[in-house]
Amino acid sequence: MTEILDILISANFWAAALRIATPLIFGVIGALVCERAGVLNLGIEGIFTAGAMAGWMAVWLGAGLWGGVLVAAMAGAFFGLIHAILTVPLGLSQHVSGIGVTLFATSLSYFIYRTALPDVSSPPRIEAFKPLDIPLLSDLPFIGPALFQQTALTFLALALVLATAYVLYRTPLGLAIRAVGDNPAAVESQGLSVYAIRIGTVVAGSAIMALGGAFLTMSAFDAFFFGMVNGRGWICIALTVFASWRPGKALIGALLFGAFDAFQVRLQTEVGSFIPGQVFLMMPYLLSIAALIVVARKADYPRALLVPYFRGQR
Amino acid sequence: MTGPAEEADIVLRLDGITKRFGALTANGDVSLDLSRGEILALLGENGAGKTTLMNILFGHYVADEGRVLVNGGGDALVELEPGSPHAALEAGIGMVHQHFTLAENLSALDNILLGTERLAALASSRAPARRKLEELMARSGLTVSLDTRISQLSVGEKQRVEILKALYRDARVLVLDEPTAVLTPQESETLFETLKKLAGDGLGIIFISHKLAEVIASSHRVAVLRGGRKVADLATAECDQRKLAELMVGHEIVETVRTPGSPGASLFVLKNVSAGDGRDALHSVDLDLKSGEILGIAGVSGNGQTTLARVISGLGAPTSGTAELEGTALRHTSARTMIDNGLARIPEDRHHDGIVGAMNVTENLAIETIRKPENQRFGLLRFAAMREKARQLIKAYDIRCQSEDSPARLLSGGNIQKIVLARTLEAEPKVVLAAQPSRGLDVGATYDVHQRLLAARARGAGVILISEDLDELMRLSDRIAVIHRGHLSAAEPTESLDRGTLGLRMAGHGGEEAA
Repeated sequence: MTEILDILISANFWAAALRIATPLIFGVIGALVCERAGVLNLGIEGIFTAGAMAGWMAVWLGAGLWGGVLVAAMAGAFFGLIHAILTVPLGLSQHVSGIGVTLFATSLSYFIYRTALPDVSSPPRIEAFKPLDIPLLSDLPFIGPALFQQTALTFLALALVLATAYVLYRTPLGLAIRAVGDNPAAVESQGLSVYAIRIGTVVAGSAIMALGGAFLTMSAFDAFFFGMVNGRGWICIALTVFASWRPGKALIGALLFGAFDAFQVRLQTEVGSFIPGQVFLMMPYLLSIAALIVVARKADYPRALLVPYFRGQR
Repeated sequence: MTGPAEEADIVLRLDGITKRFGALTANGDVSLDLSRGEILALLGENGAGKTTLMNILFGHYVADEGRVLVNGGGDALVELEPGSPHAALEAGIGMVHQHFTLAENLSALDNILLGTERLAALASSRAPARRKLEELMARSGLTVSLDTRISQLSVGEKQRVEILKALYRDARVLVLDEPTAVLTPQESETLFETLKKLAGDGLGIIFISHKLAEVIASSHRVAVLRGGRKVADLATAECDQRKLAELMVGHEIVETVRTPGSPGASLFVLKNVSAGDGRDALHSVDLDLKSGEILGIAGVSGNGQTTLARVISGLGAPTSGTAELEGTALRHTSARTMIDNGLARIPEDRHHDGIVGAMNVTENLAIETIRKPENQRFGLLRFAAMREKARQLIKAYDIRCQSEDSPARLLSGGNIQKIVLARTLEAEPKVVLAAQPSRGLDVGATYDVHQRLLAARARGAGVILISEDLDELMRLSDRIAVIHRGHLSAAEPTESLDRGTLGLRMAGHGGEEAA
């Protein structure tokens, strides 16, 4: 048991947890924002891929790191706009459209990558984000070292949680987003446009999701690989439910998942000799299912989630 | 038309509004003026075009012809931009829809503030909003707890939030669509007192209704719509109920009359039945329904009627006590066994429990007898036979729909109720459970429902009539029992009761004093 304690009190472990959590934080915040407006965005897995590819390629073509982040966000916004148009004014099934966007965005990203680099066998590398040394923070006793190993994108993710919570709960725009996900008729009867709010929110949420992908190629790694998103988008959809659509809980959920994942890697080296490795790989997923069962049954979901709105219809 | 007041007092004018939906003319050349401080009742049967007219006014629909003019604060009337709720709100028009447009997960304050601030604003200014609302609440008497979630408010409170939404935006015109449809009689009275007070402060008010009594009691002027056209525009003082009813329906009204019946043997008996929990629980209820009688159950909604109806129709099991049908004890009942035993259920919430909205009229008519040989063969549905039957029933029960293939949700409330009646009564059931059968229906449809129930009684069925409407109960029932907080009083012959006694018992007086 001391091995487990050793893992839990090492700054290294928490640094890894935060690093693993970062793309999930972007993803879950983006998914949460969309769903708050009543639109489930299953395009997330593809939007992650598009963000990862577009961000990386922009930097590789010489755009600079922050330029790459911007390009990734724009790629996410583009696919978000497709999903929004299909599901909001046209009122198509959000599940079908979302899966379609995931397939389209993933394939298009691979296609562009292959077309741009037809003959490359090992993926070209870029100069990725470096860990950020923030003078006061990194001097803190325990969390200092954990934070010290993170890049600017992780801090951006944390700031985004605060910003999202502020916008949702403290501004007229956030009120309109929450209302449109609860009862669009209430929004229209108060003179606001349901379509404009929903489309705008889905586009913004998708741009945020894409940053999760960008983190993978521009911070966690320094190149783009096929299949590198590896289900992170789907995890974010589950985390959104786990978080009961609240940004603070979303952060906790992403950190917990990151911690489980970091923990299983370390536990494997301790006890891996007599338990098969697959069991450890399964652990974070099993634990998130368990957490969902416990938490989500009481969840107060947005009442108009998945329900298209048509003006003047009874 | 009466020539009301002076031009300068007019806050709203509808000028020759025409709206067509396909072949149907919902509004034909309707013109209407509303003055400052006036309460105008817009009276008409279901489907007369009242709601369509108000939806045009509020910008949910665009009229094919005609204009809406509003007094924008100055002297002149200005044309309102069509098809824009935003423009209507800006022009000082507030609308309270029949189905509330509130976000249930948000607080009352949030619902009122929604859309009143610039979306780009960096922060919500709740403190001044709260001050303004508290002042409004004090002046109008419309008190609600601003920080409570809508889902936790009662229907009456939700309606107050809706009215506050309009007042907060400094509305000069307030439109209410069937505001009393969902309210108890006491809540309705309070509402009209508030409206009178608001009109006294200069607000112009239009309320849609098909209830004659409240129109006579609470409006200054009545505009009657029939078949989409305005057929009368009168000062309320010049009208009585009969005259308005005839204008509304277009012919003379025949009142439902019950002839003395000859009740037979006990048909359906509840002995010492308890069921449910919380506010709607039943406590040791005894009930004895004879064949050939209508047994009225009077009471204010939420006193156990829902649970009683569930037990009788087999949807819920009693926790103790027994139910007997023709002397046989009923055990392990389900809705299906009760239907097979000859029990017809006319549910309280006909839109939700009475029909499947997305399915068509044919399917809704066949839905309770789908296993019978006339509707299926070798496990396959016999659509031709079902449609033939549906066409007969549509004719026999005068269900107004485009065809037997129309989705049921597109029908008006009265016609949905006719589907339910046709489906349940056609099988000649022994027991009919009718829960609030005429709630929200107009004069014509109510008359139909009453005739059908009396016809069932005449052929020997027993009818249990659960209602809040004392007029309906007194007119139809042979005996009336009162339900209050889950306790059911012994049924007494209608002739020995009067409205006053029943009203007191419904409020819990009589026997023991209510808190």
